[in-house]
Amino acid sequence: MQLRYLLQRLAFMVFVIWSAITLLFFLPRLSPINPVRERFAELQRSTGWAPRDMERLVKVYEVKFGLNKPLLEQYADYMASVLRGDLGFSIMRYPRTVSELIAQALPWTIGLLLVTTLLTFAIGTAIGALAAWPRSPQWVKGMVTPLVVLAAVPPYLLGLLLIYFVAFRAKLLPLGGAYTLGRFTGPELSLPFILDVARHAVLPALSLILASVGFWALGMRGMGVTVQGEDYVLFAEHKGLKLGRIFYAYYVRNAILPQVTALALALGSIVSAGILVEYLYGFPGLGSLLNSAILANDFFVIYGIGLITIVAVAVSMTLVDLLYPLLDPRIRYGTR
Amino acid sequence: MNLTLPQPASLPTQPSQTVLVLRYLRRNPSLAVGLVLLAFLVGFGVIGSLVIDVDTRAYPLAAPPVQPPSPEYPLGTDRDGRDLLAVMARGVLLTGAVGLIAGTVGIIVGVVVGFLAGYFGGAVDSVLRWLTEVLITIPPLVLQVLIASTIVDKNKVTVLTMAGVASVLSWMGTARMVRAQVLSLRERAFVNMAKLSGMSDLEIIFKELMPNMLPYLAASFVGAVMGAIGASFGLEALGLGPVREPTIGMTIRWAVYHSAIFNQWWWWVLWPVLALILIFASLALINRGLDELANPRVRRSE
Repeated sequence: MQLRYLLQRLAFMVFVIWSAITLLFFLPRLSPINPVRERFAELQRSTGWAPRDMERLVKVYEVKFGLNKPLLEQYADYMASVLRGDLGFSIMRYPRTVSELIAQALPWTIGLLLVTTLLTFAIGTAIGALAAWPRSPQWVKGMVTPLVVLAAVPPYLLGLLLIYFVAFRAKLLPLGGAYTLGRFTGPELSLPFILDVARHAVLPALSLILASVGFWALGMRGMGVTVQGEDYVLFAEHKGLKLGRIFYAYYVRNAILPQVTALALALGSIVSAGILVEYLYGFPGLGSLLNSAILANDFFVIYGIGLITIVAVAVSMTLVDLLYPLLDPRIRYGTR
Repeated sequence: MNLTLPQPASLPTQPSQTVLVLRYLRRNPSLAVGLVLLAFLVGFGVIGSLVIDVDTRAYPLAAPPVQPPSPEYPLGTDRDGRDLLAVMARGVLLTGAVGLIAGTVGIIVGVVVGFLAGYFGGAVDSVLRWLTEVLITIPPLVLQVLIASTIVDKNKVTVLTMAGVASVLSWMGTARMVRAQVLSLRERAFVNMAKLSGMSDLEIIFKELMPNMLPYLAASFVGAVMGAIGASFGLEALGLGPVREPTIGMTIRWAVYHSAIFNQWWWWVLWPVLALILIFASLALINRGLDELANPRVRRSE
C-alpha cells in the first residue's frame, strides 16, 4: 500500500511538471512575436545597424534555432534537451547558456530567501501561537491584525520605503547590490566579504520578513484557537503540568502541523518569492536576471527561470505529501 | 380560519436596516475601518477626476518637470511633467478598475467552474483538479510574466490587457472555495428535500446553495481583486505594464526607473507608494472582516 501510494504521488508529480513544461513550450508559439526578428529590430534600434537582407538573416537564425521544423518535431527536440538539462543559449549574453546564467544567480537567491523564509516562519509562528494563548498579554493578541494588514502590502513597496528612509536619508545601510563593488572584485571566502554581504542583505531581508510575518502569525493563531478546547489540553492543565510544558508539548506541537506544510511550500517557492525585491535592490539573484531578460526580450532565459521555479514547487509539494505521516502519526496513507 | 396573534404592546420596534448594519460594524472594526479607507480612496479618485482636468494633467508635458510640492502642485510633478495630484486621482481609479475587472471575471468563472466540479463531479472535477495543480506549480508572478512578455506586444499594453492577464489566475481561489463548499452542502437535508420536491439542478444551485455562500463569495471576490492588483503591480514594476497610462504601479515604475530616490525627488515615490499601501490595507481589512462574518468559528477569541 505504502509503495503504491509513493509511486502514484511521484507519477502525478512528473505529470504536473510535464504539463507545466508543455505549457511553457506552447505559450510563446501562440504569440505573434518572433524572438529572432525582435532581436534584430532591437539591434537596429540601439546601434543604427541595418542589415541589407533582413529576411534572409531571420531565416538563417530560425534554422539555427530549429524554428523552421514542424511543431511536433520542435516539441520533441525541446523535451529531449530539457531532460538533458540543456535550456539553450541566452540571447542577451550569447554565447553563455541559460543554465550557466541561472547557476550563477541561484546561490544568491537561495541564500537570501532561505534565511528570510526560516526567520519569518519562526517569528510569525511564535507571534501567532502567543496571540491565541489565553494567558498572553493583550498587546500580543492585538499584534495579529496590523501584521495581517502589513502582509497584504507587496514587499517591493516596503523595500522602497526602507531604501528611502533607512538607506538614503539615515545612511545606515547600503542602497543596493550584494557587496561593495570597489572593495571586492568578486565573491571570495573571507570574513570581511561575508560581513559585507550580510550588511547588504539586511534591507532586502527586512522587506521580505515584514511582508510575510502576518501570514504565518494568522495561520498559527487560527490553528491555536482550535487546539485550545481539546480534551488533551484540558487534561494536561488539570493534571497540573507546568505551563511551559503545556504550551510547547501539548499546544504548539499539535497546532504547528499545517504551518510545517506551509513552510515546505514556501521553501519550494523561494526561487520566485523574492523576484521583485531582488530586482529593486539590484541583488544579483534570479529576480535581477529575470528583469534584464524581460528588458532584452531574452525568452530562453525567461523560460529557464520559469522551468526551475516550477520544478522546485512541484518537488516540494510532493515531499510535503510524502513526509506528512512522519510528522503527524494520526495520518496513514493507503487507508483513505 | 384566520388566526392572528395579538402584538404585545411592550415589544420594542425592530431597528431599521441602517442601524443594524452600523451596529454590526461596531462589532467588526476590521470591516468598518476597511470600508472607510476604501470610501476615502474612491472619493479621492472620483472627486479628484471631476475637479481636476485629469485627461491632460495626468499625462506628460502638462506641468514643469520635477517640481516639489507647492501650492500650485500640491503633490509635486514628475520628470515628464505630470501633475502628481492628477496622476494619483486617475491612478487610483485605473488601478481599481484593473482589480474590479479581473476580480469580476474571476468570481464569475470561479463560481461556474466550482459549481460544475462540486455539484456534478466526474470529468469536470478531474480536469479542474489537474488544472489547478498545474497552475499552482507555476508561481503566479512567473506565469504572468510569461504571458505578458510573450503574448502581448510590450508597447501596446492597456489597462484592459493588465486586467486580462490578471484574470488568468484570479478564478482559481474562488473555484476551489466554491467546490469545497458545494461538496459539504450537497449532502445536507435541505438539498435532498429540494431534489425530492422536484427542483431542477439550476434552481437548487441558485435558490438553495448560493444564498448559503454569499459571505464566502464576497470574501473571495475581495481576495481576487487584491490578487489582481498585486499581480498587475508586479508586472508594472518589471516594466510590463501599460506604458501610456498613469496607474499607481506605472507611476512607481517610472519613479524607480528614473532613480527618483537618488535624485531626491522623494514626492514622486512617496505618494504612489502610500496610495498603493492604503489600497492593499483597506482590501485586507475588508477581507478579514468578511471572513469573520462568514466564519463565526474564527470570531475573536480575544
